[in-house]
Amino acid sequence: MYVAVKGGEKAIDNAHRLLADRRRGDPEISELSLDQISGQLSLAVDRVMSEGSLYDRELAALAIKQARGDLIEAIFLVRAYRTTLPRFGYSEPIDTGDMKLERRISATYKDLPGGQMLGPTFDYTHRLLDPALAGETVPDAPERRFEEAPEKPMRVSDILAGEGLIEPDGDPSGRDPADITRTPLEFPLERETRLQALSRGDEGFLLALGYSTQRGYARNHPFVGEIRIGEVEVEFEAPELGGASVLGRVQITECQMVNQFKGSAKAPPQFTRSYGLVFGQSERKAMSMALCDRALRAGELGEDRVAAAQDEEFVISHSDNVQATGFVEHLKLPHYVDFQAELELVRKMRAEHAHRAENMQEAAE
Amino acid sequence: MTSQAIEPPTDRQERSAVLATAPAADLLRHWQALGLDPDFRFVRGPEIGLVSLRGRIGGGGAPFPFGDATATRATVRLDDGRVGHAMTLGRDSQRATIAAVVDALCQDAGERNRVHEQLIAPLQEAIRKRDDTRAAETAATRVDFFTMVRGED
Repeated sequence: MYVAVKGGEKAIDNAHRLLADRRRGDPEISELSLDQISGQLSLAVDRVMSEGSLYDRELAALAIKQARGDLIEAIFLVRAYRTTLPRFGYSEPIDTGDMKLERRISATYKDLPGGQMLGPTFDYTHRLLDPALAGETVPDAPERRFEEAPEKPMRVSDILAGEGLIEPDGDPSGRDPADITRTPLEFPLERETRLQALSRGDEGFLLALGYSTQRGYARNHPFVGEIRIGEVEVEFEAPELGGASVLGRVQITECQMVNQFKGSAKAPPQFTRSYGLVFGQSERKAMSMALCDRALRAGELGEDRVAAAQDEEFVISHSDNVQATGFVEHLKLPHYVDFQAELELVRKMRAEHAHRAENMQEAAE
Repeated sequence: MTSQAIEPPTDRQERSAVLATAPAADLLRHWQALGLDPDFRFVRGPEIGLVSLRGRIGGGGAPFPFGDATATRATVRLDDGRVGHAMTLGRDSQRATIAAVVDALCQDAGERNRVHEQLIAPLQEAIRKRDDTRAAETAATRVDFFTMVRGED
């Protein structure tokens, strides 16, 4: 039950004023600019864009600043902003095969067309804190290797597909899946709709679920077929633009997971696949997404549903951190009346208990 | 007075892609250097909105939306009646406006040539340079495997 309570306005105003002061911190120290956040905390910006489901570096940086670095709060701000904008329409599907690669690795093939390019990765660092970064630093300029005609990177799935060893991408024509930003979730979901939800899902939640599948709760023997990070062009079709027109580029991370086999009496066994696609440089998230995608295909692939990661309703209903934080955090708002009711109830129950005990005592005597 | 030579649609698409992709500072610098600054009024926008971005399952399968991006669109009418449209990612209304004005200007074959020579070509060069540099930086992180022979024979 909710009833209106008045009287907190002054306290709220003052609390927000205090928040603004604490957010700014020591005024002797120079204020963070959005360019600094966007340029130097770029992976935080990527996470806010991905889970805020809005590609706009500057807005994500602003949200991080406003939220004092609380990324879920920042994601909430971005989601709220999104709802104020009209939607122009859907882009043409991006072509990740045509990505301007900043990183491309495979854990299944050492030598593959296009090679393994590490890019700006934390992998193989020693994870030792670097005291030099506490001061101002000027890093060495990146090494460059200009190539005349670089080999075009071939998709790992295409290498395996040559021998029929792996399931194909599926029908590219599309079924016009339900869009979760337009229509409420209705289970069971199409795989397309699940992927949409996973792409904006909470990184920590998907990471934990992905990890659970590796530890034996819905084991699916994953290999990283390929991870790509880089920019892709976004095309949009509108009559006034004269057909499909390039609107610009976005940076994305794509993960192609290769998983263990599926075959039948009719079809010989082949590798199955799963997919992760997120904004920015967010490799952990893309991999976790792919692990969850594969676990959630249990029904389609005729596997027993035995673990949380395979339970579509459980996973998708709890993957959105804005919804989750809203419901968890609402508990701290005034529940005075609810609690009064509970108090009444527990007093009544205790009185009845005492009464029963008395009766038992009398009966015994 | 404008010469209305029909332009192949691919040229228009290439032009709008360059105007949407070029670094903002380069775009502004070359646009100002071009010295074409016709009077115009907005027919629509500049308006900020969302484009829902779609990927494909596995890279080549069924399309699915995976998030939105901000976009800005503008339609302008020059004083001589030419109309131009543009839509670009982000919330940079200056970029969308320049792109729409350029779109209108390019309906005249003479101005189109000038725009392509003095604006589009240098911007294309700037984009190519940036892409080449990044590609070279990435290529320098390519792993050159070599196998170490262990044991005897």
